Amino acid sequence: MTGPIENLLRQAFPDARELAVLDRTGGGDHFQVTVVSPRFNGLSLVEQHRLVYAALEGPMADGTIHELRITTRGET
Amino acid sequence: MSELRERIRETIEREPVIAFIKGTHQQAYCGNSERAMQALRGVGAPFAAVDVLPDPAIRQELSALSNWPTIPQVFVGGELIGGADIVQELAASGELEAKLDEKLGDEWRNGGEERTVALSERENPLRIVP
Repeated sequence: MTGPIENLLRQAFPDARELAVLDRTGGGDHFQVTVVSPRFNGLSLVEQHRLVYAALEGPMADGTIHELRITTRGET
Repeated sequence: MSELRERIRETIEREPVIAFIKGTHQQAYCGNSERAMQALRGVGAPFAAVDVLPDPAIRQELSALSNWPTIPQVFVGGELIGGADIVQELAASGELEAKLDEKLGDEWRNGGEERTVALSERENPLRIVP
């Protein structure tokens, strides 16, 4: 069930150079997402993760995502 | 600003390093809270923990204040440093120590005890002191 999450991230980060969603436990509600995007350039990690949380606000709020691990990087 | 939010803000400003977690410093009830504490321990940073579990309003008001939706949340010198992923990442790269130095000077290196604290109590303006 990583598809819907990946779609939301692609919409939020259309220029992402790397974008991956991993169902960490196989249970469909613990995810690891990785996003590498020039949009993160110059932002602190806190600001970068806020953008990811904002993109996934829906599934976070309705419980689809129970736990989210985030790895972000700007593009150098 | 709600009274609870104000107490949270005061507590964040009072404690040099503070982690809002699920559980206590001795017993975390969430792997991510544990990861954040381990990262702080890894660099030898003494911290105060606040358990958000006893009252759902704590988490709600904290997130409204910090603009951060999840627990744990780690603050250094009043500034949100991040959740478990960021704190772990910063600890691994050495940036966590740099951030502690930047915000707190080198005093945090003198050590101190980990502890779980209650939110600041506000003085009741209507209380009559005999």
